[in-house]
Amino acid sequence: MAKVVAVTGNEACANALRQVNPDVCGIYPITPQTDMMQRYASFIANGKVTTESILVESEHSSMSACIGAAAAGGRVITATSSQGLALMWEMLHIASGDRLPIIMPVVNRALSAPLNIHGDHSDAMGARDTGWIQIWSENAQESYDNTIQAFRIGEHMDIRLPVMVCLDGFIISHSIERMEYLEDGEVRDFVGEFKNFLPLLDLEKPKSYGPLILTDLYHEYKRAQHEVMTKVKDVVLDVAKDFEKLSGRKYGLFESYRLEDADIALVILNSAAGTSKDVIDEFRQRGVKAGLLKPRLFRPFPYEEAAEALKNTKAVCVMDRADSFGGYGPLFMEITSALYHLKERPVLINKIYGLGGRDYMPSHAELVLNELNEIAKGGKVKIIKEYLGVRE
Amino acid sequence: MKPKGWKDLPPGSVVLEAGSAVKFKTGSWRAYRPIWHEENCIQCLLCWIYCPDMSIKVKDGKRGEFDLDYCKGCGICALECHGKKGKKAIEMVEEGK
Repeated sequence: MAKVVAVTGNEACANALRQVNPDVCGIYPITPQTDMMQRYASFIANGKVTTESILVESEHSSMSACIGAAAAGGRVITATSSQGLALMWEMLHIASGDRLPIIMPVVNRALSAPLNIHGDHSDAMGARDTGWIQIWSENAQESYDNTIQAFRIGEHMDIRLPVMVCLDGFIISHSIERMEYLEDGEVRDFVGEFKNFLPLLDLEKPKSYGPLILTDLYHEYKRAQHEVMTKVKDVVLDVAKDFEKLSGRKYGLFESYRLEDADIALVILNSAAGTSKDVIDEFRQRGVKAGLLKPRLFRPFPYEEAAEALKNTKAVCVMDRADSFGGYGPLFMEITSALYHLKERPVLINKIYGLGGRDYMPSHAELVLNELNEIAKGGKVKIIKEYLGVRE
Repeated sequence: MKPKGWKDLPPGSVVLEAGSAVKFKTGSWRAYRPIWHEENCIQCLLCWIYCPDMSIKVKDGKRGEFDLDYCKGCGICALECHGKKGKKAIEMVEEGK
């Protein structure tokens, strides 16, 4: 039986991890993630889990410790944010290149400079090309559900890749929401026993991780790594199906909200999608056919499916809570790539919103939907990439 | 032998064969070659202890010739060598001379 609770996103993720009870956890504090690993450390101290914690001196060390523990043959977790994820960067590639299914909630936060502790997506977008699977979450419930599903996805024998579960710093990590916990036993049965794959501690079969591979085979290794990513979508959908049977909550590659007959649409990640859906309902009541696409699986990106979902719209705004200075927002680049191959495609604009935790208000969504409505009626696009709610 | 294609690779960059480094002969990296002067050698085996490449073969507690398939010519053995009466048992000479 599900248990209804009022908890923060950090607490929800910490409890998902507790229910899985992994072998090893690399711990290093960074706002706004700190509270999640602090809670997990309490679980360890209070005997709620048997996880061995490794308290390290930096996130670079944390990810290194996780890589070692995962290669040794353990089920391994850590969590981070912002500068911490940035400091892990080189080790992230090693975790994925060595095919180690480390599970890591990333509590999204802005990157320095200037120093800012609040929610935006610059950190995880910076880790886009590290070979990790990325799953994004709108609220505490999704963060919890995605964390549990991440184990099944990353540890799948055809995949064996590390997974980041992204949730918005403070807005989700520190806000108390109503959500439902599964029973401990249900989660344990859902994720199952951890299965080893090429563990270093199998002394009967000695092996080496991370050798030097130069011009003779490196190109082939990277091609093989891409191939694994092409199998992730199916696994994500299979795991979601099983999870729905268990919880009653439905997940896909992305969420389509009132998109079937929509003329205009927003594409937006994580918590701001919730605010946008409210505004879309208001527009629908006024007779404007508005919809929303909220990506869940960002790496690998479901290009064909996203194109199929958006193909009948007339105008789409892709909303980015991260920037590529001198380029378009990272989500915009994915959506334009997805839609380019269609014969007829909607007009696309890009808005950068909410950097460094700047509030995303219903009025912002209204502004964008009104602009899209004008474009859909034949109006011209004035500027493709704009900053929403920025003071002149 | 046909070079491996991407479908032939084991998952992840994992070498499944133990001790396979022996197949990778690194002697060609060498710019200086160690020469062993047996007459100055007291068989202290410091060269064997210090050699980072296991290029000094020891049999029955005594060293013999260098294994030049793996010696990279770092010269640590020559530096550490005490020799006999101030005369070194290991000398580094430039390759190709």
